[in-house]
Amino acid sequence: MENPEQLHWLVRPKTIRLLWIILITVLVIVTLLDLLIHAHPHFGLDGTFGFFSWFGFATCVAMVFGAKGLGMVLKRKDTYYNG
Amino acid sequence: MVNLPPPGVLLALVGLVLLFIRSPQLRKAIILISPLIVLATIWSIPDNTVSLGTHFLFWDLVPVRMDPLGRLFATIFSLMAFAGGLFALRQKRVSELSAAFVYAGGAIGVALAGDLITVFIFWELMAIASTVVIWSAVTPESYKASIRYLMLHLLGGVILMAGIIGHVVEHGDIAFQSMSPDSWSHILILVGFLINAGAPPFSSWLSDAYPEASYTGTVFLSAFTTKTAVYVLIRGFPGTEILIYLGLFMVFYGIVYALLENDMRRILVYSIINQVGFMVVGIGIGTEMALNGAAAHAFAHIIYKGLLLMSAGAVLYRTNERKCSNLGGLFQSMPLTTICGTIGALAISSFPFTSGFVSKSMIATAAAEQHLAFVWYLLAAASAGVFLHAGIKFPWFVFFQKDSGMRPKDPPWNMSAAMVLFAALCIGIGCYPDPLYALLPYATNYVPYTVPHVVNMLQLLLFAGLAFFLLLPWMKRTLTITLDLDWLYRRLFPRVWVVGSAAFIVYQQRVSAFTELMVYRTIMSLKRIHGGKGLLSRNVSTNSASIGALVLLCVWLVSFYK
Repeated sequence: MENPEQLHWLVRPKTIRLLWIILITVLVIVTLLDLLIHAHPHFGLDGTFGFFSWFGFATCVAMVFGAKGLGMVLKRKDTYYNG
Repeated sequence: MVNLPPPGVLLALVGLVLLFIRSPQLRKAIILISPLIVLATIWSIPDNTVSLGTHFLFWDLVPVRMDPLGRLFATIFSLMAFAGGLFALRQKRVSELSAAFVYAGGAIGVALAGDLITVFIFWELMAIASTVVIWSAVTPESYKASIRYLMLHLLGGVILMAGIIGHVVEHGDIAFQSMSPDSWSHILILVGFLINAGAPPFSSWLSDAYPEASYTGTVFLSAFTTKTAVYVLIRGFPGTEILIYLGLFMVFYGIVYALLENDMRRILVYSIINQVGFMVVGIGIGTEMALNGAAAHAFAHIIYKGLLLMSAGAVLYRTNERKCSNLGGLFQSMPLTTICGTIGALAISSFPFTSGFVSKSMIATAAAEQHLAFVWYLLAAASAGVFLHAGIKFPWFVFFQKDSGMRPKDPPWNMSAAMVLFAALCIGIGCYPDPLYALLPYATNYVPYTVPHVVNMLQLLLFAGLAFFLLLPWMKRTLTITLDLDWLYRRLFPRVWVVGSAAFIVYQQRVSAFTELMVYRTIMSLKRIHGGKGLLSRNVSTNSASIGALVLLCVWLVSFYK
């Protein structure tokens, strides 16, 4: 294992832990901001608390696994057409 | 300026002249100055100008019809020619730059064309010039890909031409106005336009051909063909409902295929289809807000997509490596490219204070105004998906993730300058969108920066980011490609041809063997009956003959006796 001091400061485990803490803090803050702003929902679902937070997260998970499923059928070696 | 040729023709002519200029310094000067002269020409022509050009058959062609929509697209196309030229200033293959300028000239020509015949002429010019751009990479792969690309675009051109002829026969008029797909000719025109937009089932030509061009070629390719298609759709088919569904399909197709892809430039090309999908949805909605959104998004898209492909081009130029699985950790030695690429990635994700934020949101707003609930929900999900497949995935796998050990330098000054220019425009338009809004085809008082809008977008994107990093173990890059409908003409048809022709040869051999056998048998049986001692050639004695005759006579007598 490399000495963490020799790594670029951005990829040291300490920095990465700090970045995670910052990200989670920001996520909590922007979601809680929903309590303060008075949005005008256009439809039904988008009026729920933290709609954009949970909707963004849930649809991304769905897209990743959807893509994964499609990949099982359609993925080939990248030399497929060369042979 | 009156005597200058139309701006598109002017740039295309400059492209041809470049081929014959020996002095590199003079060539560089022309590459940098000519797009700016073309831009000045475009702005020197007042709105509502219609210039009559040559007479063709029974019609007067209209090479230049200036209005806000045409001016918007012609402006961004000439800006792109400038920045692309700057980026490619050291490209040794002059044929590529020359073709790229002809290609850009074709795009400007389409944007300003006032009649369908002129549109068609520039349309075909673009097809040929862009093929030469792909060719200019001079690799076996790029040659094959360019031929597949050309075939498909010539097919699209033929469909478009058939539609235009039908339109002229029905209406007796060549003016390029808005249409609706209510007759065969208009459907053919729509199909011709959609092929260039990368709409299904013809999406795969983009991911097949564009990543095979050189490190500079792909930058040019990303800008013109699909965005002229967006322009002609805005002009020709606003409010055509089927475009909403086609656009939504393109949006998710782009996301899913980019998520599965390993080639960094192919990821970006899939995301072109995704972004054009947003524009096509806007055109399908067809309100003034939606069409403004589609036009503004096309403008912003050309800049940030050009920027993304420039950063990918810089990486390719320095490392000669395209696969995410072999890249990573480049931020340490290519800080400028990393920053510019990341700005492009934030802009495509429509992060607040970038150009994508002020343009894409108009399309979603238009969907909400028209109470298209499912369209609005799907666009919101897709916005999160853009951050996932391009906004984080591209910079993460190219510049960060694991350390590949490579320490390439930032690219030469001209490539860096082009990236900085476009990065500045991404942020400039994002912070101060009014000049862009003033260029749009319809007057707008749209206000992108409201507190709920900014907060909601941040929520959507940051949680998409969280999903990316939590799901990272499932996103490991593999040395794979993902099959698409081009499998039909790259694998199935050639296989069918090989197997079919082999089967035909076997069949043919069998048929000829059978025929030979039959001919042989016929000859043998003839020989048996008529030959030397055959039944019908034997000598018969007189007695036997008279007995035979007697028998026959008796049979006759008995049969006819009453």
